[in-house]
Amino acid sequence: MKPPCTSATCLRGALLACRPGPAAILHAANAAVPLAELARRGPLARHRDRLAGRTVILCATDQFAAALAMIGLDGLVRRMVLCPPDVSPEHLAHVADATGADALVFDGEPPMTPAGLERIAFDPLRLGDHPATVDQRATEWVMFTSGTSGVPKMVGHTLEGLTGAIPRPAAGGEPIVWGTFYDIRRYGGLQILLRAIVGGASMVLSRDGEPVGEFLERLGRCGTTHISGTPSHWRRALMSGRAQSMSPMVVRLSGEIADQAVLDALAAAWPDARIGHAYASTEAGVGFEVTDGLEGFPSRLIDEAMGAVEMKVVDGSLRIRSDRMARSYVGASEMALAEADGFVDTGDLVERRGQRWFFLGRRGGVINIGGLKVNPEEVEAVINRHPAVSVSLVRARRSPITGAIVVADVVVEAGGAPADDDALRQSILEHCRRDLPRFKAPAAIRIVPALEIGANGKAVRAHV
Amino acid sequence: MRAILARRLMGEPRAGKTHSELKPTMSVRDQIYGEFARTAAEQEKVIHGALADETVLLDSGLDSLCFAIIVSRLEDELGVDPFTTSEDFYFPVTLGDFVSFYEAAVH
Repeated sequence: MKPPCTSATCLRGALLACRPGPAAILHAANAAVPLAELARRGPLARHRDRLAGRTVILCATDQFAAALAMIGLDGLVRRMVLCPPDVSPEHLAHVADATGADALVFDGEPPMTPAGLERIAFDPLRLGDHPATVDQRATEWVMFTSGTSGVPKMVGHTLEGLTGAIPRPAAGGEPIVWGTFYDIRRYGGLQILLRAIVGGASMVLSRDGEPVGEFLERLGRCGTTHISGTPSHWRRALMSGRAQSMSPMVVRLSGEIADQAVLDALAAAWPDARIGHAYASTEAGVGFEVTDGLEGFPSRLIDEAMGAVEMKVVDGSLRIRSDRMARSYVGASEMALAEADGFVDTGDLVERRGQRWFFLGRRGGVINIGGLKVNPEEVEAVINRHPAVSVSLVRARRSPITGAIVVADVVVEAGGAPADDDALRQSILEHCRRDLPRFKAPAAIRIVPALEIGANGKAVRAHV
Repeated sequence: MRAILARRLMGEPRAGKTHSELKPTMSVRDQIYGEFARTAAEQEKVIHGALADETVLLDSGLDSLCFAIIVSRLEDELGVDPFTTSEDFYFPVTLGDFVSFYEAAVH
């Protein structure tokens, strides 16, 4: 195996330097292309003159198109904004405004394009020739955080920071085939695509809406050796009955708290695999990985400064400082990403028990449902608009399936509520489902006489 | 138990035990079937075919969010969450597995 080409200035440069062999393939559900070919050819090659130096928003119909476009754009454009698959058309104008974008790169049906953006269409199956030279521009990568409110929050990364955690593979090892349950247009998935590209290894992409059993079988057919996902992705894989379609050497969890039950279940499913849970976020970058099979992380990771990442705990939340962090938030709000001392407050609450730290959840009551974050205030605002509701309190309830679910306590308006609690609950649920994405609507509603008020004068939002 | 689970995870054919041979408590079974139907209706999901012990959970038409809701409601109704309390490294594959999992935890 060749060493990874993390020193390259752009992805195409990394591919050219790596010289991936013919066995290194980018696999999609309906297409496959050798990585070596993507160094030389791509669907955006014919638009290079129009794209050079621009700030572009990338709206791809699927992960395969997104991967090809990223390789073509990195090093060529000034700034590349990666739209996740579920970006809503009404938010595109905000994204364009906040990032200073002047072009929209897309395949398939043209999306609703905000005024002032040049539309540049591509076909991921029609490849043109790139020049033999490598682009030298340090493209800024702009990604959406897995944030909470409707308006997307974005951070800027450099390729160097994004690839900073990628280890040098052992020379002469078996060929690696990467797979991920994440979408590569989000941080967790992009990390895996970048590992494949800078390591000259294969990668298997999932199709939007692909049933997990079918994806597992495809991962197995492609000989996947390394695979990542959230604990919720992994629980779903284990429940599919088809987990054994693949036999990975390395299994990785990130994006949510990995509890002991899911770690044990994965170890039982693949006794020979190395099971590790990683801490990473779009803002703070890759923090650390734990491979001892236990939940939480050893206290020495904080006590002893380990390599490129420094961590500390202040007011119960984990803070991280490293050169893999995002450079800044992108947009008008211009919130500071890091504090004065250079540490990013992750908002993840931790508690030390003996020689180990354990994750407790998110500060501010933010609820993490299978990696998707829900701000309780956003849900409360919707519930409170229901005519029968006086006030509500939304919080997390732990779930062994999705990590957490949303539950709500509701106080009804005096004299304004229907006599039947079930009918009222149903009415509030229907109201929420109309105005919120499904995962944000409460899974359960309790009608209560009053909300519990804590010592700080605020309603108590503790985990149930 | 571990061996049985390993076989299931390996995807080998399951032993031909029917539900009745497992001596079910009807009420637990009925409550689980009831919660599946109720949650499917609330979440506007169409159950593929009729619910049966052989139904593979992920092929049932319900998604992870539905299962999370069902597990939380069953915890309120039955007082147990075997996913959290069980000593087995186990995630049920079929609805029959799911029912047995709860029956073992309730008794």
